[in-house]
Amino acid sequence: MHLDEKPVLRVENLTMRYGKGCPRCGDSLEKNRCRVCKTVWALNDVSVELFPGEVLGIVGESGSGKSTLMKSLYFDLEPSSGRAYLRDYKDGEVSIWTVGAAERRSIKNNLMGMVYQNPVLGLRMDFSCASNIAEKIIAAGGRSAGQMTERAAELLEAMEILPSRMSEAPRNFSGGMQQRVQLSKALANNPSLLLLDEVTTGLDLSVQAKVLDLIRKIKAKYGVSILLVSHDLAVIRMLADRTIVMLDGKIIERGLTDQILEDPQHEYTQQLVHSLI
Amino acid sequence: MEILRVENLSKSFHLHNPVKDIKSCQNICFSLERGGFIGIVGLSGAGKSTVLKCIYRSYLPSGGSIRYDSRSFGWIDLAKADEREIIALRRYEIGYVSQFLNVMPRTTAKEHVKNALLEMGEDEKAAERESAEMLSYFRLPENLWDIYPNTFSGGERLRLNLAHAMVKRPRLMLLDEPTASLDNKTKLLVKDMLLRLKGKGTSMIGIFHDLEFMEGLCDKVHNMSEGSFLC
Ligand SMILES: Nc1ncnc2c1ncn2[C@@H]1O[C@H](COP(=O)(O)OP(=O)(O)OP(=O)(O)O)[C@@H](O)[C@H]1O
Ligand SMILES: Nc1ncnc2c1ncn2[C@@H]1O[C@H](COP(=O)(O)OP(=O)(O)OP(=O)(O)O)[C@@H](O)[C@H]1O
Ligand SMILES: [Mg+2]
Ligand SMILES: [Mg+2]
Ligand SMILES: [Zn+2]
Repeated sequence: MHLDEKPVLRVENLTMRYGKGCPRCGDSLEKNRCRVCKTVWALNDVSVELFPGEVLGIVGESGSGKSTLMKSLYFDLEPSSGRAYLRDYKDGEVSIWTVGAAERRSIKNNLMGMVYQNPVLGLRMDFSCASNIAEKIIAAGGRSAGQMTERAAELLEAMEILPSRMSEAPRNFSGGMQQRVQLSKALANNPSLLLLDEVTTGLDLSVQAKVLDLIRKIKAKYGVSILLVSHDLAVIRMLADRTIVMLDGKIIERGLTDQILEDPQHEYTQQLVHSLI
Repeated sequence: MEILRVENLSKSFHLHNPVKDIKSCQNICFSLERGGFIGIVGLSGAGKSTVLKCIYRSYLPSGGSIRYDSRSFGWIDLAKADEREIIALRRYEIGYVSQFLNVMPRTTAKEHVKNALLEMGEDEKAAERESAEMLSYFRLPENLWDIYPNTFSGGERLRLNLAHAMVKRPRLMLLDEPTASLDNKTKLLVKDMLLRLKGKGTSMIGIFHDLEFMEGLCDKVHNMSEGSFLC
């Protein structure tokens, strides 16, 4: 048993605020917004650890900061304060938010993959699927066009997209296909951390099942660790080992997934779980 | 030699809206010998499933201790163990079986059993062989192996669940009414299998409704009423 292994990702005291904040923010918050200075605390002192091979589920109210967490990790947003350490970047000793642009690009493209809630953010809709994937490989320093095409074909095939559609642009694809192209792109450089923001939302049930099955296979085959945001508790139950619950920018509860779902402690979590039909 | 010692286990649910405290079990004490089989009986709502779920940690115990002699960590209090320790114990040592199916979509019966082994880090070939053995052992008809189990009957589901849990050769098995809704013939089959598992040294705790079923299977039977063991 090696429970002393290093976390793949460790986030400490992450805060993301829109506005300057004021001395009275602390006890003047209405949801995530200060009544006095109107500052929005999208994330408020969030700390998370993700261990090797683990899927950590993230659930919570709309606007609770789930996407903000994912985007901060992927460098799309600059957090107000906090630190994030990756096991595979300088042995987890330097926060990725302290380094310069070139270093960030390398971290993002070599160590992470992201699937955005909104596929428009993750894909260039008028470029071919192959170019979308190649873009990520080039960003990580890849140069051989032949190898890129081969890799793109392999990944798309693993995500069950026909090779014949590789040169098509995702613009005309269905939502489920776009998410699978995003997954292929996210996996292009064998990342150790995969960020999945509502990958199955809005897909019809049989397509959802396909994507879930693929995620499980990805986990088994590529050994990545996954942060999985979903408002669908069935998805969380099937995939997540542990789960955190967010409300108004804070983590209000964390635990084993089945324990969170069967014995929720916090009032919000109870409401979330008990409103299931 | 003991493998599990439960002392003063209590569980209450604190509901926020409407505010309510539900006392589900109180001051439960018992111990399980290595290779032993304890039965729990009692009326509906007595708290039987709660005790098993506290041991498996699907429920967070409110008080007391659940000391388990694990292969991975030695003696450990399951009531307070770290989540990652519980995940490891579930993966390698502690099984839980009910009549309900919990499978991934697009996963066949055989893959379901196999995944349990792959999760433990076994290689593909060995996993393939052992899952086939286990499905035969629990007599799941071979023509069902490559089918998605959503369509299985109660007895077929149970046999799949047993195979899924047993393929890991757990040291401790928790059985929550595995025989509910089975016909007598299938029940006898299950009893026979549980006896064989017991013979192999697996320690078990089972909830049953059927006293006759427990004859010759359980070394000790605890009768639960209103959250407590009757003595
Ligand atoms: N530029 C901004 N200015 C002010 N507030 C913002 C800004 N961007 C985001 N927010 C707020 O930050 C909070 C967190 O948003 P986020 O998108 O992370 O929520 P979420 O948990 O992903 O919600 P959903 O489940 O709906 O996707 C929200 O209250 C949002 O209104
Ligand atoms: N997750 C839960 N949240 C709230 N109350 C619960 C929960 N689980 C059990 N209870 C309550 O605890 C009490 C004991 O329930 P439990 O399921 O342990 O009974 P049981 O003996 O297994 O009954 P049965 O034979 O019907 O399965 C019941 O009053 C039940 O309503
Ligand atoms: Mg979001
Ligand atoms: Mg019960
Ligand atoms: Zn303020």
